[in-house]
Order: sequence, then C-alpha cells, then structure tokens
Amino acid sequence: MTTTQKTADLPAAKSADSAGTPLLQVKDLHVEFHTRDGVVKAINGVNYSVDSGETLAVLGESGSGKSVTAQAIMGILDMPPGRIPSGEILYRGQDMLTMSGEERRKIRGRKIAMIFQDALSSLNPVLSVGYQLGEMFRVHQGLSKKDAKAKAIELMDRVRIPAAKERVNDYPHQFSGGMRQRIMIAMALALEPDLIIADEPTTALDVTVQAQVMDLLAELQREYNMGLILITHDLGVVADVADKIAVMYAGRIVETAPVHELYKRPAHPYTKGLLDSIPRLDHKGSELYAIKGLPPNMARVPAGCAFNPRCDRAQDICRTEVPALHPVTEQDGTTLVGRGSACHFWKETIHG
Amino acid sequence: MIRFLLRRVLGATVILLVISAVTFLLFYSIPRDPARLACGKTCDPESLAMIRASLGVDRPVPVQYWEYLVGIFAGRDFAAGPCPAPCLGYSFRDQSPVLETILDRVPTTASLALGGAVVFLTVGLALGMIAARNQGNLVDKGLSSLSLVMSSMQIYLVGPLVLAVFVYHLQLLPSPRYVDLTEDPVGWFKGLLVPWLVMSIIFTAAYTRMARSTLVEQLREDHVRTARAKGMSGRTVFFRHAWRGSLIPIVTILGVDLGSLFGGAMVTEFTFALPGLGRLAVNSVTQTDLPMLMGVMLFAAAMIIAFNILVDAVYAWIDPRIRLS
Repeated sequence: MTTTQKTADLPAAKSADSAGTPLLQVKDLHVEFHTRDGVVKAINGVNYSVDSGETLAVLGESGSGKSVTAQAIMGILDMPPGRIPSGEILYRGQDMLTMSGEERRKIRGRKIAMIFQDALSSLNPVLSVGYQLGEMFRVHQGLSKKDAKAKAIELMDRVRIPAAKERVNDYPHQFSGGMRQRIMIAMALALEPDLIIADEPTTALDVTVQAQVMDLLAELQREYNMGLILITHDLGVVADVADKIAVMYAGRIVETAPVHELYKRPAHPYTKGLLDSIPRLDHKGSELYAIKGLPPNMARVPAGCAFNPRCDRAQDICRTEVPALHPVTEQDGTTLVGRGSACHFWKETIHG
Repeated sequence: MIRFLLRRVLGATVILLVISAVTFLLFYSIPRDPARLACGKTCDPESLAMIRASLGVDRPVPVQYWEYLVGIFAGRDFAAGPCPAPCLGYSFRDQSPVLETILDRVPTTASLALGGAVVFLTVGLALGMIAARNQGNLVDKGLSSLSLVMSSMQIYLVGPLVLAVFVYHLQLLPSPRYVDLTEDPVGWFKGLLVPWLVMSIIFTAAYTRMARSTLVEQLREDHVRTARAKGMSGRTVFFRHAWRGSLIPIVTILGVDLGSLFGGAMVTEFTFALPGLGRLAVNSVTQTDLPMLMGVMLFAAAMIIAFNILVDAVYAWIDPRIRLS
C-alpha cells in the first residue's frame, strides 16, 4: 500500500500524500445506452468519492444505475451500446476516461478490483479456481505457473477456504456458494488493490453465510486499508460496514449521508420509504410497508423528480423541475457534514 | 470411464440390431428378387431355384436374419467354404466377401472425411471467430451473408462447376482421384484436394455460424465480464475465457458430421468418381445386393455411434461439470 495509514473511525484525517485528492472520485458521470427503442439514459450526473480505508455504500433498487456506475468505473461497460457522453472518473486525480485502453487495463484488477454478485456465473466454469486466481499473478506480474499456483493457495488460505492445497485444482461448481464468493473476494484481493468494488457480494448467499462473507470483506479492507464501494439493496448489510451512503434512484444520487445519520433521519422520501419497508420484529402483526408503484422504466423516466409518481409529498414543482442535490442542514441552519438530498422538500422530510 | 464405455457399447449394440432388422425387412418388402436379377434374361425355373438356394434367399426371412446375426458373432459356413466371425457374408452380385470390400473402401472415405474436416473446421472456426470479434459491423454482416450463400450450395452443382472451370479449363487444380496415402502421399493430397475444397464449401458455413453465435453468447457471460474486470487483455479474454465454453456445440455438430462422413459421402464420391463407401452403398441398393447393403449400413451406423460416444467423452474433457455417467 502506498497511502499512509488512515483508519475508518477517523474519517476527517486525510492522508498526507494525497492531500485533498480522494482515492476515487466520480464527477458528474453520465452513461447512456443506445438501443433499438432509443437512448436509455442510465446514469444522469452521478457524483461520489471514496478514500483509502473508507467504505461507501451505494444503495438502490435494480435499474437505479448503481451497477452501471460501477462498471463504468471498472471500464467494463459494453461500448457500444453503452456510451459515456460526459463526466470524469478520477483515480488518484487522474481521469481514467481519457486514458488509453492499455493504461486502463493495467489499473483493472491491479489497482481497482471488482467482486460480482453471483459467484457461480461470474467464475469461469471450465477453469480451475487455482488457475483463475493464479491468472492475476501470471498476467499482471508475469509469475510462472508454479509460483502462481502457490500464490493462489496462499490466497485461498487468506480467505479461509479449508484445505486450500487440496482444493486448488477444483472447479467453481465443486464449491458451496459461500466458498465461491470467498474465491471471488480472493481474486479481487490478489494484487492488493487500492479500491474494491463489491456489487451485491452477498445477495446470492444464505443469511448466515452473508454475515461471514461481509465480515471477511470488512476485515480484509481494514487490514489492507483499501477503499470499498459496496453496492447493495440490502439496508441491513450497509449499517454494519459502511461509513457513508449514497442512495440512487433512476440514475441519480438522491441522498448522501454518513451511515447512521441516514438511518436516524432520512432527508429524502425515497430513503424514508426504503427504511420504512424493512420488516420489524416489534411491529409484528401490522401490515408491511411498501413504496407504492414501480421503479421507472429508464427509457421513459418521469419529468421532474423521477420519484414523483411514487412520492407522497409530490407537488407541481416535482413534476417539472429536477431537484439538485441540496446540502442538508439542521433546522437552525448548521450544516450537516456529508449530507445532501435531491428533494425539493428535504426540509419537510427530515424535520417535518 | 469403463462403466461409461460399457453402457454405451451395450446401447450401440441394441441400436445396430434394430437397424439391421429394419434394413432386412425393408429389403424384402421391395418387389425385386435378387435371384431373378442374377439369373438374367433367359432364366428357367430350375436355375432360378438353384440360384435362390445358393444365395440363401429361399428360406424364411427370420431364419435368414438369424443366420446373418449368428454369422457376425460366430461365423458361418457357406457352400463355398467357412466364413469366420465377424462374417458379413458374400455379395449377391459378384460373390466378393463383404467385410473385405468395405475395409477396402474405408481409406478413401476416411481420407475424404478427415481431410475435408481439417479444411472446413479450420476455415469455418476462423471465420466464425472473426465474425464474433466484429459483431454487428460490416465484416460480420459480410461473413454472415457469405455463409448463407455457401450453405445454400450443393455439391452436385459446385463440384462439376469447379471441375469444369478450375480443373479442366484453367487447369489450376489437380483432377480428383484416389491414390493410397501409403503409396504416394503427394498424389493422395493432390487427388483429394478438389473434393476436400468442394465439400468444405458446404460444411464451412455451418461451423462459421455456430462458432459466431456461441462465441457471441459466451462473450456476454458473467465470467467473461469477470475476466475483463481482472484486467486480462482482449486476446486472453477471447481465447482463454470465451472460446473454450463455446466448443461444446461445435463438437456436437462435428461429431454428427464426421460420423456421417465416415459412413460414406455419397454425393461427393459420385461427383468425383471416388471409390468410397458412399458409392458402395448406392450401388448395393441399385443392384439389390443384400449382404453388401447390410454391411455398409451397419458400418455407417457404427461410425455415427462411435463418434457420438467420442463426442460425449470430449464433452467431459472440455467442461468439468459434465461427468461420464
């Protein structure tokens, strides 16, 4: 690791060498897909940043653009049909969108790695896990087959796969779901990247295994002081590990907040709806809350605030004007650090 | 592995039994008498009866069939002498031993099939890969149209055309004939070049389209996305991660094609006058030659079955999720 140590519980402390420059910064990113039915604007001006040792949770329903943003950062979007008309993705201050393909490839896997949701389909079914892990070392560091395999075993031990030495030649389908996700994590971790993007890493797993995998990921992140972008729709996962949250809806960030403040006082009706729809044991017997309506079709996003057809607070202005991400303050006007809400009525939502 | 082979061989035996029975029945349901054919125009009832007896067609069909089967496994005795197992009998037409005749024709057919396969597989897969890498653009569309045109061709049209233009008129290509590989390898190659190329025109298209579509499908797989996220180069992603997964459907059609080609490429052999199994099969039908027909049918069926077993074994090697059981 090249950055100086910085612990997650001291979010204000900046590392000296990158004074002010975040590890990764996404600036006004737009992504659109050209399909037969027209242009689908999947991402409409997303901003966020992550520092070393910091965990950003990106929360949203499927289709909200959280995975597309991640793939844009990785540079693995299919282009065409995908296109990035504007925006910047800065890795240590350098815009990756203007880099050559080869420069970009060298960052992928080595500096920024990704963990995918469904490890069974995301691992190659016809190559042994040892080969797939070792490939990282062989391609990026030019290690021999033998050394790469030794490294692969080391990695498997690192993510606590039992009997790694015996299992290194096994194929993905021979592992359980949890073990497969550990292999994915090991693969992302292989070259000790600065940043890991985990796209719903526990969605396909049993609840008991989810906790183990999340704990492992959090532990490794602390140990290597990596930045982590955790993409999820599971509010339960977020609370334990994230430092800050960005809530996405219809290709925009609708709310940002430090993790616990978001849970305590949401400043956007959509976030509030999400929190209210978590089943609670102390409300047993009462009906479950659900946000009415469906997420918008990205080819026909409603005018104004995209959430307006589903929102209880929607007024005329919501149907005509797209709300900017307003800084959220206390009632007396003191700023709340790191908080923002893209709602015309954020005051009413948080204080009302 | 041994259990897999045992089971498949047992299954194959049943299939071959059914095929032989059906062929026998079909043969005797056509209103042509092999004895009368052998007897000629001036034929009196006595000599007809004699020929019947000597061919063995005077006895009931089930008895004939039974003797045929016994002959294969245990050998049988003919008037002319004993025929050791596996005995496929003697030709009605010229009394030549069926098994030897077939084995005599195998090198021609095998050379034709294997050489052709090398050409159409190499060209077909290469074009398929090029199309897949250029998915959606002009190169892809051009190759798609080309393969459509090629697959619409027929050997009996392209063959004579190539012969007339390239072999006889322009004299660019050697004229087709069969020379044994062991006698004259260069002559073997030259003699079969035109049949291989013509055969490949028809077969290549199927492999181009298959390779393209399975590769395009593979390139959309999650694990290919993972490979890109790992920072693998485009070439590694394509050849290491996408290519292997696309082999299964290709191996499947290759198995079917090779199996049937090994059983005799009738049209190709006729077009280029090559003495292979396909010609033998057609001739034995037109000459009402039951033993020869049975022999060729069983050999062709056995080839198709053998290649199917081989394909299943290759599956397990390509994809570790497939187990041989």
